[in-house]
This record gives sequence, structure tokens and C-alpha cells, in this order.
Amino acid sequence: MLKAQNLTKRFSGLLAVDNASIEVQQGSITGLIGPNGAGKTTLFAMIAGFLPPNGGSVTFEGEDITQEKPHLRARRGLARTFQIVQPFAGLNVRDNIAVGAYLHTKDPDEAKRQASLTAEKVGLGRELDKLASGLTIAGRKRLELARALATRPKLLLLDEVLAGLNPSEIRDVLPIIRQIRDEGVTILMIEHIMQAVMNLCDTVHVLSQGKMIASGEPRIVCNDPAVIEAYLGHGAAERIRSEGKANA
Amino acid sequence: MKKAELLCALAFLIVLGLLALVGLPGNILNLFIFMMIITLTAQGWNLLGGYGGLSSFGHAAFFGTGAYAMTVLQTSFGINAWVALVCGVALGALVGAFIGFLSFRAGLKGSYFALITLAFAEVLRILANSWDFTGGAAGMMIKLQNGFAYLQFSDRRYFFLILLVFVALALFLSRWLERSAFGAYLIALRENDQAAQALGVDIFRVKMQAITLSAGLTALAGCLYAQNFLFIDANVAYGSWISIEALFAAIVGGAGTLIGPLIGAVLLLGLGEVTKSFSGGIAGLDLVVFGIILVLCVAFAPNGIRGFFANLKRRRSAAAEAA
Ligand SMILES: Nc1ncnc2c1ncn2[C@@H]1O[C@H](COP(=O)(O)OP(=O)(O)OP(=O)(O)O)[C@@H](O)[C@H]1O
Ligand SMILES: [Mg+2]
Repeated sequence: MLKAQNLTKRFSGLLAVDNASIEVQQGSITGLIGPNGAGKTTLFAMIAGFLPPNGGSVTFEGEDITQEKPHLRARRGLARTFQIVQPFAGLNVRDNIAVGAYLHTKDPDEAKRQASLTAEKVGLGRELDKLASGLTIAGRKRLELARALATRPKLLLLDEVLAGLNPSEIRDVLPIIRQIRDEGVTILMIEHIMQAVMNLCDTVHVLSQGKMIASGEPRIVCNDPAVIEAYLGHGAAERIRSEGKANA
Repeated sequence: MKKAELLCALAFLIVLGLLALVGLPGNILNLFIFMMIITLTAQGWNLLGGYGGLSSFGHAAFFGTGAYAMTVLQTSFGINAWVALVCGVALGALVGAFIGFLSFRAGLKGSYFALITLAFAEVLRILANSWDFTGGAAGMMIKLQNGFAYLQFSDRRYFFLILLVFVALALFLSRWLERSAFGAYLIALRENDQAAQALGVDIFRVKMQAITLSAGLTALAGCLYAQNFLFIDANVAYGSWISIEALFAAIVGGAGTLIGPLIGAVLLLGLGEVTKSFSGGIAGLDLVVFGIILVLCVAFAPNGIRGFFANLKRRRSAAAEAA
């Protein structure tokens, strides 16, 4: 469904994403993990059209969209959330979500009705009239999700929607994400919380220092020495293995 | 609540109209006429600066274009006043689209956008001031001819009533905007343009539509200004006084609200008149009062007077809920 090939992004001296490729199968929940500063958000921004890549291409449903503006990609059914939440702070929850719904209806009453339904779905049903600026972190993350969902995407890009939530809040959101997939939305998610990745993802890709270093089933990828080293530093995999032996 | 706001504003206009019909001293009627022209100008500003968050310092560019179109078309080409009015609005909208195209293509917003609009207005002022076609520095007059077809009346109350109708139409336009998909998009890009784009909003297009509409409405005010005073020159039509007046009225009254421009214009001009009459000879004291009001607004009512009351209400209902 989505194919990003050899994407590269350079910020003056810094190579944030280096020749990275990623593919997302229709109907899957695909994870994108990697240490802080690996370039995950930058990769997302290129896929969604917010940053022009220095090289490489993005294909969505067989069409090359590398040069397309973000709003046109959204109309194709490619929606994203922001890691740093970007609410319409002065608007209430309903009106925030309605902006997404206007992609499919020009009728304000219908848009607001759909917004309420979407809010219900992500657990914001009781906060419809609250200002977005008055929401808790967890609420704002849900709002990001609801707004993107209201555009009725085919592919949903989630950038750390679980970050900043406490364990019980995370437990509440996991089934919501799974349900969204079950309703036919393909999901590509950046996530640091391994419990969630293990729980949800069919496939994960690992980005480290801008490069894709591994991909495959979550369980297998997490035991990949290259991945462990990327997270814990050089020699970590070796150390863990020997400690494991010593304990045995 | 939004509906109540519209009804309040309409009721206020009707009261003004009735007062005028019952009979008002000439100078008060003139003040009211001027208030409504400024209201209309500010309503135009509000469409872009209030709802869209794109504060222009150069709405004189549109006001002046309307005023000059009205004058030149009637005086030099003998065109009917109403036709000239429509042309003036269209030309103002066109100037808006032109400035918008250049600014929004370049992604200008905030103070950059404000400055570029100011620069355009100044260029137009200088051009109008030096060009024979627009009467140069001497300015231009519209011939005195009474009658509905000429949009001039020996009884000024009729002109005032027509103005009230235009202000009411602008209120309906704002009300439509607040309830439409277009308005939702405009407000969304004001609040966060990145998020708006992510939701499929073509922000360039929405901004272009907004500035065109905004410029057209302010140009209408310019047309009516010219038709009321029957004389304009570059410093009046394209002068920065009107840009400031428009933005002042909208911000003090409540930018991005339906009724804000009306409240602001009535309050500022009303207070200005009161100070002028009390201060006697001290020139510019009304401007000092303007300045003080703006400072007070920024300090205590950052969302204007309309926002101040909305806040009070919200706080009171929150307190009631807590109790
Ligand atoms: N607009 C920018 N200008 C300059 N450098 C940037 C910009 N955006 C990101 N970077 C840099 O690019 C690198 C990758 O950043 P990115 O945000 O993509 O990482 P990430 O994998 O999302 O990290 P995190 O897990 O912390 O969210 C970082 O070193 C970051 O400082
Ligand atoms: Mg990130």
C-alpha cells in the first residue's frame, strides 16, 4: 500500500534519514521503532509531505506522490498525527475533529455529528464541548487520533500516540488502535513502548541513525543483536548474552 | 448563543435605524454614518485578520481602491453609482487576490504579512497621489446629484439606512462563515496551519478566498465612504489611518467574533467623539484615549470586549458547575 524507497533527508550538516526504505502492507499494523533522534519523525514527515526529501521516492497505492502537497495526500487517505500534539487550541473538541470530517462533507451539522461519533470511538465522548487547550496530555493524544480518523484515512501514521500516557491509559488506547485496524484502516506507528509494539504490530522496522537496520516480526527483530546494540550501545548484545549464560 | 449574538447585533442596527427615522441632530447622524462605514471596514478586516489570524496593516489598499473606483468611474466615465459600487467591490477583491497571491505563495504570515500589506497600501497611496488619472494630490470630487439611482440623498437618513443594510448583510456573511466548512478551515489554519494541512486543508486556497472576500467587503466600505463625503484624496483613501481604524475596531471589539467589529467601531468612535467634545482645543486627545483603550484591552481583554464577556460567562458557568 505504501512504499517509501531510499528516502534521504539532510538538515544542513546532519543526515537525519539516510537512504531508508519502508513498505507497509494493506491491512497491517506496522511498527517503526528506533532510539531517540533516529529520524523516525523525519521519515514520517517525508511520507506525509511535510518535508521534501533530498532523495528517494514515496509511492501510495501504486502512485508516486513524492512531490505532492500534504493536503492532497490527506485527501488520498493518508493521515498523520503529530508527536508534539498540534491541537486547534482555541476550539473545542468537537470543532477540532469536525475539521477532519469536512474532508467528506461540506455540511456543518453532518461534520459535527461525525465528529461526535469519532470522539466516542477514541473515548472523548464526554469532552466534546471542552476546549482543546483544557485537555490533559492523554486527552490531547486522543484528540490527535480522532482528528486524523475523522478524515477517514486508508493509512494512518501514528507518531508516538502512547508517549506520555500512564500504564492504565495505555491499556485503554491499545484496543482502540486495534479496532481501527479491524475496521479496515492500515496503520504505521512509531512507538517507544515495546509492550505496545509487541502487542499490536505485525511487522516492525528499526531505524537507527537514519538507517533501516532491521525489519520483520516483532519478536525476532527485538532479539536481533544489531537492534539491541542500536538501543543499548556497542557491545551490549554480547554483554547480555554472556550475562544470560552466567545466570543460566 | 451564536444566534443570540446575531440577533443582538441586528436589534442594535434596527434601533439605530429607528432613532434616525424619529430624528437625530445632524452631527449625531453624521457620527453614526461614519461609525457604520468604519464597522463595515472592520468587518472586512475581521474576515481575514480575525477568523484567519492574518492581521493586515494595509486594508487601506482595499478601502482606497473601492473609494477611487467609485469616484473615477462616476466622474471620469459617467458610470452609474450602483454599477460603480459593484465594480469597486470587484476591483478591491482583485487587489486583495493579487496581494494575497504574492504573500501566501511566499508563505508569509504574522508580522511579515502585516508589513507587506502596509507596503502595498503605501505604494498605492503614492501612486494615487501622483497620477493624473486619480486626480493627483488635489484629490477628486463626485458630482452632487440626488436620487436613489445616484446613491445620494438630500435626506441623509436614507444613506444611513442603506449603510445599515450593508452592515447587516456583512453580519450575515460572517455568520455564514462561522457555520461553513470554509470558515472552519479558515479558523483551523489560524489555530495551527500544519495540523490543518494534515487534515486535508488547502491552506493557500483558503487564505486566497479569505483575503478576496475580506478585501471586497472593505472596498465596499471605501465605495460608501467616497459616496458619502463626495471627495477623496490619496491620504484619505489609501492613508494608513483607515488600516489602523479597521484593525483597532476589530481587535478592541473582539477579532474573530461576529459582533466584535461593530462593538469596537461604535465604542472607539463614540469615545473619540466624547473626548473631542470635552477636551475642546487639545488636538489628538482622542488618539490618546484610543491608545489607552488598546493597552487596557491587551492587558485585560486579549480577545476583545466580546471575548471578555464570553470569558466572564464561561467562568461563571464553571463556578456554578463547581458549586
Ligand atoms: N527541522 C529540523 N532541523 C534540523 N534538525 C532536525 C530537524 N528535525 C529533526 N532534526 C534532527 O534530525 C534527527 C532526527 O530527528 P527525528 O525527530 O526524526 O528523530 P526521532 O527518531 O523521531 O526521535 P524521537 O524518538 O526523539 O522522536 C535529530 O537529530 C534531530 O535533532
Ligand atoms: Mg520523533
